[in-house]
Amino acid sequence: MKDLRAIAVFVLLVGSIPFVTDSGVVLNFVMMALYACLLAQAWNVLGGFGGQFSFGHALFFGTGAYVQVMAQVHAGWNPWLTLVLAMGVSALVGLFVGTLSFRYGLKGSYFALVTLAFAEVFRIAALSVPFTGAGVGLMLPLRESVSNMQFASRAGYVWLILGLVTLALCVTAWLRHSRFGAYLQAVRDNEDAARAIGVNPFMVKLWATVLSGALMGAGGAFYVQVFQYIDPGLAFGPHTSVEALVGAIVGGMGTLWGPVVGALALHVLADVTRNLFGQLPGINMVVYGCVLVLIVMFLPRGVGGIGQSWFKRAKPSASNKQEDA
Amino acid sequence: MNLLDVSHVSRAFGGLRAVQDVSLQVPAGSLTALIGPNGAGKTTLFALMSGFLVPDTGRVVFDGVDITGQAPHLNAALGLTRTFQIVQPFASQTVRENIAVGAHLQHAKRSDALHAAEAVAARVGLHAQLDKPAADLTVAGRKRLELARALATQPKLLLLDEVLAGLNPQEIQDMLPVVRGLVASGVTVLMIEHVMQAVMNLAEHVWVLAQGQLIAQGAPHEVTQNPQVIEAYLGHGTAARLRKTQQEAV
Repeated sequence: MKDLRAIAVFVLLVGSIPFVTDSGVVLNFVMMALYACLLAQAWNVLGGFGGQFSFGHALFFGTGAYVQVMAQVHAGWNPWLTLVLAMGVSALVGLFVGTLSFRYGLKGSYFALVTLAFAEVFRIAALSVPFTGAGVGLMLPLRESVSNMQFASRAGYVWLILGLVTLALCVTAWLRHSRFGAYLQAVRDNEDAARAIGVNPFMVKLWATVLSGALMGAGGAFYVQVFQYIDPGLAFGPHTSVEALVGAIVGGMGTLWGPVVGALALHVLADVTRNLFGQLPGINMVVYGCVLVLIVMFLPRGVGGIGQSWFKRAKPSASNKQEDA
Repeated sequence: MNLLDVSHVSRAFGGLRAVQDVSLQVPAGSLTALIGPNGAGKTTLFALMSGFLVPDTGRVVFDGVDITGQAPHLNAALGLTRTFQIVQPFASQTVRENIAVGAHLQHAKRSDALHAAEAVAARVGLHAQLDKPAADLTVAGRKRLELARALATQPKLLLLDEVLAGLNPQEIQDMLPVVRGLVASGVTVLMIEHVMQAVMNLAEHVWVLAQGQLIAQGAPHEVTQNPQVIEAYLGHGTAARLRKTQQEAV
């Protein structure tokens, strides 16, 4: 309940930004930060709550992006409908990869490598087949209208991505307060112990991959609606995978607000460096790498963990006082 | 009536025959123990019963159902739960959350499971530490947590793997009534235990495993007199030597 209230406050605050300002710079920043939140939160479902570190989440992102374009361009579907389709197909890809990986008991770095490999396989496949436009990529024709999910102002995109982030936050809140979420975290912490008390780790990890894949697919679909172009490198390249996992790790894995904080912090940082170093290509990835090293070394529970450990440090001293008295 | 019926179970790891042709029956409502020197195959036998390992040959029947090689989570759903010798807490979670994972087997709703966890914690004496992170517990606390989590699944048969190992004498004294309380509440318990004082004190029936084979069984005081058992623990020829020194003393 507390989580839902916090989510509602977040949605109201962020959702009102377009009423306060119509500055393209601000709205663009909010939109891209929310987009990064969505990717981080999607990764967090599997990586943070499930402890299954994927290095290839671009796999789901790219699938979502391509489905979103192809269903519109090749089949003439409405984009609101294709959004659902994109999430569904990404979820199916999650089901496929999850079944293969977890059926054969892949864990830790092996799972990370398999996801990385799958993303690469999909990238090469997308380069080779005609219906993805191969190396040329696919363009989404510009037809501005709400029913076509192409908005004249950035405000529309802000609300759209806010809706998707809200969905991701609700999924995460559900993980914190449900049997499935408890099982997922139990499997993350100790798979054998979980099995002994009735948890089926295979199914739990599989569904987490499906959920995570669907959310990541929504991210891909959104990307295409905004930028109206996708090619194999953008879709399945490592950039998106890294952005998703760094956001979640920096903010705090397995928490509700950690990925939001992390994605926002990274986004600010990337914007600042871009202003400082000009358009040096890939400079934000260098910064991400440095931040990731620092966080893993000094704040293994993420930026969101700082507040928690302060709270904790304050609490025992309070209870000690009680005992003294 | 036998709750668990293990017949002619064997398992080898390469050339090592860890468990050879073991048969035993655990009567419903009993408190029994499995003892034996280190490396006898006790934990392997537990793994074979609970589904963590699949036997090469033999059958495991639980409550009338053949569960040979069935996955552990399905066995847990049937009412057979094990604990681990090396405690395996969900370290990042609180005691309450740890126990609730077990309780979720019976309760789909989170609030019900958390509520049930409190009752279970009280049964094993963890109620004062419900909101502590599991990582902050002492060894004795972790053993209790291991027990509580298994108990929260409402098992018919509980396989306890050395819940007393690593505890000091006072902690063992505190733990004995907890184990006895389980049996009194209707849970059948089979325990692996090295602490002989506890075995003598608690178990109605004891099986002795050595080098993968059952070498003796019976009431605790009978088994400890058994020359084969003494030799398994203390080495070949010890039983004869012990008898000799005893006779000389007389």
